[in-house]
Amino acid sequence: MLKINQLHKSYPIGDSSLHVLKGIDLKVEEGEMVAIMGSSGSGKSTLLNIIGMLDEADSGDYILDGLPIKDLTEKKAAVYRNKFLGFIFQSFNLINYKNALENVALPLYYQGMKRKERQEKALFHLEKVGLADWAQHLPKELSGGQNQRVAIARALAANPKLLLADEPTGALDTKTSHEIMAFIQQLNDEGKTILMVTHEEDIASMCKRVVRLRDGVIMEDKKVEQVRAEQYV
Amino acid sequence: MFKFLFDRDTWQEVYDSFSKNKLRSVLTMVGVWWGILLLIGLLGSARGLENSFNRLFGDFATNSVFIWGQNTGKPFKGFQEGRRVQLSLRDTKLIKENVEGIEFVVPRSQNQATVVRNFLSGSFRIAGDYPLLDKVEKKKLIHGRFINQNDIDFDKKVVVLSEDVYKQLFEKNENAIGAYVQINNINFKVIGMFKTSNINMGPPIDMHIPFTTFQGIYNTGDKIGWMMITGELEYDIVQIEKDAKLLLKNLNDIHPKDNRALGSANAGKEIGKVTGFLTGMQFLTWFVGIATLIAGVFAIGNILLITVKERTKEIGVRRALGATPFEIKRQIVVEAVFLTLVAGILGIISGGWILIGLDAAYGQGDDAAIVNASVSIAVVFIALIILVILGTLIGLIPAFKATSVKPIEALREE
Repeated sequence: MLKINQLHKSYPIGDSSLHVLKGIDLKVEEGEMVAIMGSSGSGKSTLLNIIGMLDEADSGDYILDGLPIKDLTEKKAAVYRNKFLGFIFQSFNLINYKNALENVALPLYYQGMKRKERQEKALFHLEKVGLADWAQHLPKELSGGQNQRVAIARALAANPKLLLADEPTGALDTKTSHEIMAFIQQLNDEGKTILMVTHEEDIASMCKRVVRLRDGVIMEDKKVEQVRAEQYV
Repeated sequence: MFKFLFDRDTWQEVYDSFSKNKLRSVLTMVGVWWGILLLIGLLGSARGLENSFNRLFGDFATNSVFIWGQNTGKPFKGFQEGRRVQLSLRDTKLIKENVEGIEFVVPRSQNQATVVRNFLSGSFRIAGDYPLLDKVEKKKLIHGRFINQNDIDFDKKVVVLSEDVYKQLFEKNENAIGAYVQINNINFKVIGMFKTSNINMGPPIDMHIPFTTFQGIYNTGDKIGWMMITGELEYDIVQIEKDAKLLLKNLNDIHPKDNRALGSANAGKEIGKVTGFLTGMQFLTWFVGIATLIAGVFAIGNILLITVKERTKEIGVRRALGATPFEIKRQIVVEAVFLTLVAGILGIISGGWILIGLDAAYGQGDDAAIVNASVSIAVVFIALIILVILGTLIGLIPAFKATSVKPIEALREE
């Protein structure tokens, strides 16, 4: 599904440069649910951004579903992101003047799907996250948990191969966090591959595999016994 | 690309991003609205002024020159300086025959005369004219007719008088046509009355009588006071004036370099000056209008730049969801063009209202200062096309700005 070889990334800071990723090797199979952990500055977000084609590595190979991701033009990266990836952000990143349905339909709009088809599909995904009744509401009229569910519906809308979540529960209280995690677990049960960045141990323990980063290298990579989130809900 | 323009979603996006900040969108449009309003208002007023000048000059054959004799400025052929030059009918005939490009030459004699009617009298400028005068200097007749060939042939004692004379010699509402007035103790029948023109070549004439009659009562014989020369349209009236004057100098024993002996007024030249002024005003109008318009369009570009800056994160999200840089740019350019167009159309409409207002205030009546203030549809279309082009160009700046940031940096923006 996803294969990364000797990935390096550094950012220029003034005259010197900061070496953030120092040779990452990672392989993720289809249907896995991986938590990337690490303290701030460990490079976990950078890794996720490179996997999400929002950022580019300096060197190393990145192969997504058999497709080498290298030297992409902005246009090509946009098409790949749309086709292969779904993003879930810590701060939801919904467009605040669009209602839930329109937000979910946005990736489909960029796919060039017809309006009607798009809205049907978006509504289907909203139903799936249990927010069909809230379709016409603006993000500010929804709670944090609801907003994140809308964001998840949006990430799912284009039926991506890989879901990337950057601290999906970072802005939520514990109870809502568990609800969201339960939902993400359910998606994984249905076969979606999920890659998640978090620094919370209990959230990481709800994944099937934990990768720990420190100072740009992988310290630990192990399968864990998944804690089901439903029991807390 | 065109399918995109007719896509409902495109306009939904435009509508969303404007309704998000209505006040700012409106303020942005004010710049362009004001620019095009000024352009339309100024162009229309300039056209109105031009029309009113044209109406004033409309009474004249614009390719005409008036020539009269003065005192010589140089001694020549035994004649002393300061001799009075007396033009004659023979001169007019020879000019007509020898100068190239002349449509007709009309002689005129004039004098000051005391006119009496019953117990009222006045001193007026009287001219002996040919019917052709009406072609050179159109008389606005209120009643009756102008002198005709029959009057000339039979030396009829008829007079065409101005409204001013009528006011002095007649009672209010009295019918002047058919009445008699005494000019130099000779009875003349009034056959017409004309409205005094605002513009005259030479001194204004109060009464016109047939040329031949004038010859008879003043015993002028062959002598004439003026001649009016009208050139064919394709000939240059300034050249005709030169040729005619040279011929006249020859015929009347005037030194070829004597510039004082013959006086002249060239209608073509005078009108040319005014037309030049009007052209200058048109140019100034365009300049001011377009400059204001450009300032307005820059205001739009400026605001869009701020908007794009504010929406950096949103644009980042859109790109993460699969919007290509082209799609982002296209959207911003469409917004820019849409803003300029709407503002421009509103400006054109309100500019039209201003012209309607001007017309109501200054455009009524015969002596209106601004006649039919208007702009042509072509100008409106050109203005709209300029707006679209400028809108596109100015929209490209924020559009490139929006996609110059990497999506990851855009997403980090708070």
